[in-house]
Amino acid sequence: MKVLIPGPLRSYTDHREVEASGDTLGALLADLDRQYPGLRFRVIDEQNGMRPHMRFFVNGAQVFDASHALRPDDEVQIVQALSGG
Amino acid sequence: MVRGGKSAARTTKPNRIKNRRRRSRDGSGVLVLVATRKGAWLYRGDSTRKSWRADGPHFLGHIVNHVVLDPRDGRTLLAAAKTGHLGPTVFRSTDLGKTWKEAARPPAFPKAREGEKGRVVDHTFWLTPGHKSEPDAWYAGTSPHGLFRSEDGGVSWEPLPGLNDNPQYRDWMGGPQDGTPDGPKLHSVIVDPRNAAHLYLGMSSGGVHESTDGGRNWAPLVDGLEVVEGLDARNITLHDPHCVQICPSNPDRLYQQNHCGIYRIDRPAKTWVRVGRKMPKQVGDIGFPVTVHPRDADTAWVFPMDGTSVWPRTSPDGVPCAYVTRDGGKTWQRLDSGLPRNQAWWTVKRQAMAADARDPVGLYFGTTSGELWMSGNEGIKWSAIAQHLPEIYAVETAELH
Repeated sequence: MKVLIPGPLRSYTDHREVEASGDTLGALLADLDRQYPGLRFRVIDEQNGMRPHMRFFVNGAQVFDASHALRPDDEVQIVQALSGG
Repeated sequence: MVRGGKSAARTTKPNRIKNRRRRSRDGSGVLVLVATRKGAWLYRGDSTRKSWRADGPHFLGHIVNHVVLDPRDGRTLLAAAKTGHLGPTVFRSTDLGKTWKEAARPPAFPKAREGEKGRVVDHTFWLTPGHKSEPDAWYAGTSPHGLFRSEDGGVSWEPLPGLNDNPQYRDWMGGPQDGTPDGPKLHSVIVDPRNAAHLYLGMSSGGVHESTDGGRNWAPLVDGLEVVEGLDARNITLHDPHCVQICPSNPDRLYQQNHCGIYRIDRPAKTWVRVGRKMPKQVGDIGFPVTVHPRDADTAWVFPMDGTSVWPRTSPDGVPCAYVTRDGGKTWQRLDSGLPRNQAWWTVKRQAMAADARDPVGLYFGTTSGELWMSGNEGIKWSAIAQHLPEIYAVETAELH
């Protein structure tokens, strides 16, 4: 499925949009990490928690759980929260 | 491969900054490694230490807490980094910063058992190369408090459960409310140059601790240290070491800049002595960094800050100065020639002051206002290498060969 990558993570992917697969958001992130080593830990912590300033959207709706089920035709967006200075 | 983009920094007098593409002709000099809130810079000084070449920024926009060159091979750099949004990691270079690669497994706490609350590394704060007999060993200290070790040159990191999971230590470590404004720090990881298994570390807050078995077991080393007035010094969690340094020329001697004064200890003694009592009363003995002489254990430098009332953490009265002792803390002399005379309200963080190994010793410090200063004569005269950098978190030095 299509995954939109935020600017801060493009040093890993080199592309704004990549393809990855998984039947849950967690599995999708694991697949992304296989393709782009190191990416997952920048957005998911060691307790499988979403990092505080990262957001995940599936088909435009925000999801808060890595166990969220995905279908092959879903579109996933990883978004960096608009915060900081 | 992660890119660490670079550009030149501006020139300041009296030291000259050259464009990074101009190589040092004699191939030797001093490298100053500067970690900031918005990236890292490497300053390459020629053999005279009068001309400096800026190499950076590396990792622009990353919060870089520490950049350290491995003295065992003279070319491997580790950088502890995160951004305001992305999680923490460690970058590694084996070509003195030309290229960087991310650690395959950065410092991270173990996954908690079901139903338990797990700890999460917010950032790696401190990096220490291991003993010379362990060429690929490194230690990392994190926030919240955690001690990690790599045995493959910083590629992968494992937690040290002897400290991290010790129930007594978990109690002393406290929580985020017990640490500095940016979270509690495990810092000053020291390896005794005579013995790879003999380690020290500091926790802010949480005290100074010692291990004689490579980090499997730890014991507090806080006798003689004071805590905030009115509190009980027997409570380890109240002890707040800011920076601890071991003397290379006499590893039985350590200096410490603490939240509550400047201390020295001569092992095997177990009691620290508050040598900062000899500092001028109007300056006091509060600060973050302490730096030791590479060949003279009686000589150490500190950089006082205002620790009165609400703890402004600025230069006292807006007049920055270093102080040196050349007799083990019996007396202290002010070193401020070349520094601003007034209205300079910056200070120097705990890992942002360092000495090189030259004779006379070169001293370097970075400020919270983004200035990098040096002295080529052990602090007698200071001059700026760089200005207008982001807030400087750490300064380290290394010899270029």
